[in-house]
Amino acid sequence: MGKMVKIALAGEGGQGVQSVAQIIAEAANEEGREALYIPNFGVEQRGGVSVAYLQIGDEPIGAPKFQTADIVVALSDRAVRRTNQYVGPETVFVYDNGIENIEEDLPKNAKKVLGIPAIEVSKKELHPRVFNIIIMGAVIKATEVVAVEDAKAAIEKKLGYKFEKNPKLREMNFRAIERGMELVASVM
Amino acid sequence: MPEKPIQGEKRAFMTGNEVVAWAALAAGAEIMYGYPITPQNEIMHYWTRMVPKYDRRFLQTEDELSAGFTTVGGVLAGKRAFTATAGPGNTLMQEPLSMAEAMRLPVVVVVQQRGGPSTATVIYSQQEVTMTTLGGNGEGLRVVYSTATHQELFDYTIKAFNTAWKYRFPTFVLGDGYQAKMRESLVLYDPQTRGIEMVPTEPYVGKPGLPGTDRPPTHMRNTYNVEEELYEVLEQYLADYAKAAPQIAEYDAFDTEDADLVIVSHGVVSRACKAAVKELREAGYKVGYFRPITLRPLPVDQLRETAGKCKQMMVVESANGQLDRLVKEAIFGSTVEMLSLFKPGVGITSEEVVSRVKEIKG
Amino acid sequence: MSVQPAMPKCWRIESKPHKFCPGCGHGLVLKALGQAIDELGIQDKIVFGCDIGCSLLSWDFFNCDTIQTHHGRTTPVVTGIKRANPDVIAVAYMGDGGGYAIGSQHLVNASARNERITAILVNNTQYGMTGGQMAPTTMPGQKTETSPYGRDPEKTGYPTQGPEMVAAITPEGAYVARGTVANVKQLKGFIKKALENQIAGNGFSFVEALSTCPTNWRTNAEETWNFVEKEMTKYFKVGEIKVPGPREKEGQ
Repeated sequence: MGKMVKIALAGEGGQGVQSVAQIIAEAANEEGREALYIPNFGVEQRGGVSVAYLQIGDEPIGAPKFQTADIVVALSDRAVRRTNQYVGPETVFVYDNGIENIEEDLPKNAKKVLGIPAIEVSKKELHPRVFNIIIMGAVIKATEVVAVEDAKAAIEKKLGYKFEKNPKLREMNFRAIERGMELVASVM
Repeated sequence: MPEKPIQGEKRAFMTGNEVVAWAALAAGAEIMYGYPITPQNEIMHYWTRMVPKYDRRFLQTEDELSAGFTTVGGVLAGKRAFTATAGPGNTLMQEPLSMAEAMRLPVVVVVQQRGGPSTATVIYSQQEVTMTTLGGNGEGLRVVYSTATHQELFDYTIKAFNTAWKYRFPTFVLGDGYQAKMRESLVLYDPQTRGIEMVPTEPYVGKPGLPGTDRPPTHMRNTYNVEEELYEVLEQYLADYAKAAPQIAEYDAFDTEDADLVIVSHGVVSRACKAAVKELREAGYKVGYFRPITLRPLPVDQLRETAGKCKQMMVVESANGQLDRLVKEAIFGSTVEMLSLFKPGVGITSEEVVSRVKEIKG
Repeated sequence: MSVQPAMPKCWRIESKPHKFCPGCGHGLVLKALGQAIDELGIQDKIVFGCDIGCSLLSWDFFNCDTIQTHHGRTTPVVTGIKRANPDVIAVAYMGDGGGYAIGSQHLVNASARNERITAILVNNTQYGMTGGQMAPTTMPGQKTETSPYGRDPEKTGYPTQGPEMVAAITPEGAYVARGTVANVKQLKGFIKKALENQIAGNGFSFVEALSTCPTNWRTNAEETWNFVEKEMTKYFKVGEIKVPGPREKEGQ
């Protein structure tokens, strides 16, 4: 608890950054905290990088967008370049280290730059469809904005109808969130 | 009788467009007319999903001219009718709203501002202030609420229906793309549980009885034969508006008493300004916060009083001085130094406001 | 003040004599409408919307609830009223400019949606109120203020065939006819059927009335009647164009 956390999540369309931001925001709201999530949308998003802006705190939240994030998560080469603008000296920058040819573009001024093999883990250990849930785990670990139980409850709320039909899916999602947390813990 | 859409109160976490749809339902709006335009579309999406359950109606029209004029028709039939639009759609909407002004029709319009001029962006701006407050070929006989939070979007959408039907001036809720698309928490409520009575509606046309025998026919026009005839009507309207203005005008302010510099902003930008003023106060800067909630009519007396006490006023807006012009007109004659932070079509963060003030104050 | 004995019951005596120019066809169309309203006994149900242009002069014409709207916007206003209160019988009254030019998108879409309203469009081949400019309905070769050498179809197209268009784009249930002030009895019959079609809830109903404008045509009585009866009917065929029911009835 305490200070407001500002998070920018960016990826390609279909990588699921918007649903990750929304689930975390809803989990924080369920905890009774203040949360504000805004996507980019429309022409800006079509064929461009999908960016989710998320703020969580205990006081009413100010402007919906911000200049500098506490944590930036970038999931593609374009996302890495697009999100450089949100990085400051206090920013933790998380990217997928499976993205090729981005060494040059990684921010130089960040507090920490953490590469995690989320894409690889999703493909080899779990399933590509839970890639974004691994990212969600990573965000939760890096920011501690919501408790993991509440994150799981928010996933349950959003995907429960699918889990009813296929309980294995629940297991896989919850495993994904834990793996995401482990990935960040190992590099922090 | 269908059940009430909201029983008592409940905390919710949703987009602003969804908030508007819930507010219109809670306010007892009976029919929405609309035409798709980003970023207001989801108001129609949520409304159309809920209308069968709560026995409401919807018509998708061929354009915003038609959306506005059918809404005028809905009001003439005596219904709480509304529409929603943005940007170029708001431009077209000015024609029907001009007729609503001319006939004192309580039309409610929700505007989610997007970038301008022209198609510009579908994202966000505060560039529809001039048009929404003073659009059409008339005198701006309308009410404009500029909201900043989802709670206000809910509160003022409900209030807009009551203001419109009480004073019989078309009423706008001026949001923006950020408010439309972002998610945050608010409390939804049944207005009655908060002691809010919805102002009753009444039909202008289609009333009972044989016109000309049992009652006079309704004959409404917006065309006059001679100048004097129009002038007489307008004098009455303007007098009514002037009388209602102080009752309608709303604002929010803090730390203005001893402030050297007062930051004036509206809508979503005021969130950044509020945070900035708090931060600057903590850092020892004598700054204050003033936010008109109604952009039309403006809280003129309070603005003038504030301008009379401080040395500088800084207008901050996501437009090139549209609020600034309104403020300057309101405080005309004041010697306060006017400063600005204008970013047309772009969001403004509290960091930017803070650094601008520090730049000025050193 | 001389009031004709044949004045329909639903006309408002206080606003008569009406304000249309001598020889104008509007009075005859409104007479046909008034008679149809009387015969159907629906004066208390009518909501009459009139456009801008000469049609606006009918804003206090009837002892019926009346809304005078904007140029071209009568169709959506009346649509909005009918959608909000289906118990009324809604009439949109407009000229050719209002219906076929500035308000054409509204006419097209109200037709396509089969709005349960009745539109009556007075075709006098030009813009009367503004002083006789070319309209969508101006005849080939016809001189107007903005086609002083006669309308050249090569440059400005042919006259809009409104009822034919409406008939083509309306779903089943619509009623479409073209009458003329040269035959008020027939015109009244068309308008009456159009109103009945709305009352039955079948669909959109549309009547175009060929009309006269000696003021802007600059014609004497004989020339006026000659133009509406002989010239206009060369291009604008009078009769029912679409009636609800099986297809074979059409175009009879």
